[in-house]
Amino acid sequence: MNKYFQDEKIRAQIFQFLTLFMILGIFGYLFHNTQTNLEKQNIATGFGFLKFEAGFDIGESMIEYWSDDTYKKAIFVGVLNTLKVAIIGNFLAVFFGVLIGLSHLSQNWLLRKISKFYIETIRNIPLLLQLFFWYAVFTENLPGVKEAMELLPNIFLNNRGLYFPIPVDTKSFSFIFIALVISIIGFFFLEKVRVKKEILEGKSFSFFEKLNYLIFLLPVLTWFILGSPSEINYPSLSGFNFSGGYRFSPEFSALVLGLVIYTSAFNAEITRAGISSIDKGQWEAASALGISKSDSLKIIILPQALRVMLPPLTSQILNLTKNSSLAVAIGYPDFVSITNTTMNQTGQAIECVFIIMVIYLSLSILTSFVMNQFAKRFQIVER
Amino acid sequence: MISTMCRVLLLSFFFLSQSSTFAGKTLETIKKRGNLTCGVSTGLPGFSSPDSKGNWKGLDIDFCKALSVALFGNESRVKYVSLNAQQRFTALQSGEIDVLSRNTTNTLSRDTSTGLNFTYPIYFDGQAFMVKKASGVKSAKDLSGASVCTQQGTTTELNMADYFRANRMKLRPVVFESNDEGVQAFVKGRCDVLTNDASGLAAERSKFKKPEDYIILPEIISKEPLAPAVRHGDDEWYDIVKWTVFALINAEELGINSKNIDTFKRSKDPRVKRFLGKSPGVGKSIGLDEKWIFNIISKVGNYGEIFERNVGSQTPLKLKRGLNDLWTKGGLLYSPPFK
Repeated sequence: MNKYFQDEKIRAQIFQFLTLFMILGIFGYLFHNTQTNLEKQNIATGFGFLKFEAGFDIGESMIEYWSDDTYKKAIFVGVLNTLKVAIIGNFLAVFFGVLIGLSHLSQNWLLRKISKFYIETIRNIPLLLQLFFWYAVFTENLPGVKEAMELLPNIFLNNRGLYFPIPVDTKSFSFIFIALVISIIGFFFLEKVRVKKEILEGKSFSFFEKLNYLIFLLPVLTWFILGSPSEINYPSLSGFNFSGGYRFSPEFSALVLGLVIYTSAFNAEITRAGISSIDKGQWEAASALGISKSDSLKIIILPQALRVMLPPLTSQILNLTKNSSLAVAIGYPDFVSITNTTMNQTGQAIECVFIIMVIYLSLSILTSFVMNQFAKRFQIVER
Repeated sequence: MISTMCRVLLLSFFFLSQSSTFAGKTLETIKKRGNLTCGVSTGLPGFSSPDSKGNWKGLDIDFCKALSVALFGNESRVKYVSLNAQQRFTALQSGEIDVLSRNTTNTLSRDTSTGLNFTYPIYFDGQAFMVKKASGVKSAKDLSGASVCTQQGTTTELNMADYFRANRMKLRPVVFESNDEGVQAFVKGRCDVLTNDASGLAAERSKFKKPEDYIILPEIISKEPLAPAVRHGDDEWYDIVKWTVFALINAEELGINSKNIDTFKRSKDPRVKRFLGKSPGVGKSIGLDEKWIFNIISKVGNYGEIFERNVGSQTPLKLKRGLNDLWTKGGLLYSPPFK
């Protein structure tokens, strides 16, 4: 025994093993204790309830959901609703954040002051209050159903939401949309190849430039293959509410608006910090080479600033996603809200909180992973 | 939201760390602490809501007072903990409150898997719908496609889904964490309908600027026996809470109220003598003072008095006794004999 203990390597392993054992032991004890206590108080345990019929309705859902579906499906509907808010919200928040951050650094006095005022005000008001405010604005100021405003032909706005026409055959159209996205990505890829070739060979390939646009035939082709569906579903007033078309509910709109406005202020500061961190010499060098201000920002400053900006930007993206759980306060059925209802109906608080934690954790880890991959591309390449 | 999470985490921690049960401990703990903690609503006029001076008033509050009198002979030894629908069960499970007197419906799943025990209902209610008079709706059957505001964590969410499904109507629920947000959304026109227990709707309506502009539709779509609840596994405390409800009902049945109770002191009726502790029995068997019922009735009153004072025809709620009348008068209130 003593012999092993004197070997530094083995000793370290023994200690590590003991620590691991103790941690596992503590967790095991806590788990066992919880189980026994819950049993003594006659509180149900386990995840079996996920297979039961949920029984409650959900106000808005991206997939078909009925109250006789299971709790599992109800929670899934909630996760989709959360993702809808997170994805749309984050795109807008990063876009506006960068824009406002740039205005804050602009030479224009008015623009600079307005951005500064915006950032300082919005950052310092609690998010929940802002959400209540936007929700009140939507429900109080917009007209009732019968007095709905028709913004553009067939696009209606009232205190139940914004209604606009959508194609009847949503399934085919989602394929067409995917084809469109593929062709946009493909177009940029082909252009990149072309430009590279031009630089390498010193010749112009203007013929290919036009040829590359042909990739946009892909979505059109998909449309034909799917039988060229063209029927449109228009919103119209029937009974209490508008039916048909697609709807952005006031809850969704207030939530996205509140989150975007709040998070943009932080993103703007991150952008400003990122750009300020780039040495003045870079600007001067660019201008000495005769590169215009906007071009030097685009091709010299921003790529370098992104390296500094990405880590804090990632936390803001995660923050927006997690802050979307405030949805329950203004009645948007995000997955926390739905899991809360589940918790109340089944009484299984610990399991439900566990589900909430696991889902947020997976979302956050996934986001961080994607953002880290992205950040790697902007790292300085040492030569 | 945050507070709910905190409570739930607290509860988890509590289950993680605690290793003994509550059996027989509640009464002892209350006596040692010197007051009773009573879980009540966040403000429902007529049932539990603070008045302009911050004093809690209502039917559920009077029940807490009756319990306090039974335990301490004094109605002021109660600490009220205001809870939303989400928080109430965890608060009781974790021992934060001793009794939940908060217009809570007794259901099978709550009584079993949630780890609660419901005592006897102190208010027989049912879920109803409220609409604006101007909408012209006369029956709940006309509500297909309507947006309905409601509160999260209540039985109303399920009842409403069942009712709409059974009648093949389309439902668009808008579910809020707090009751007030839901009511506000309804008033501002975000929803066509507000749903809650009929008594709760009457209570909310009494707070509106123009209560006469709103009507409660005649359909009652569910059974909502609102009963005080205690933790599962402490029979002694369960008995005390249950028999306090019965004492209030039995007093009304015997015609004893807070004003005439002194005239019953010399009553020869053996039922009255036993009930008021003149002939011993009612205190000893339950572990309380022999005069506990006498004290309750003289300080808080009988069921009828509590009802009329808080939700009856003289109050803004103007509720009729209906099901909440004695069995002898066509209601459901029926107390087992005090023997």
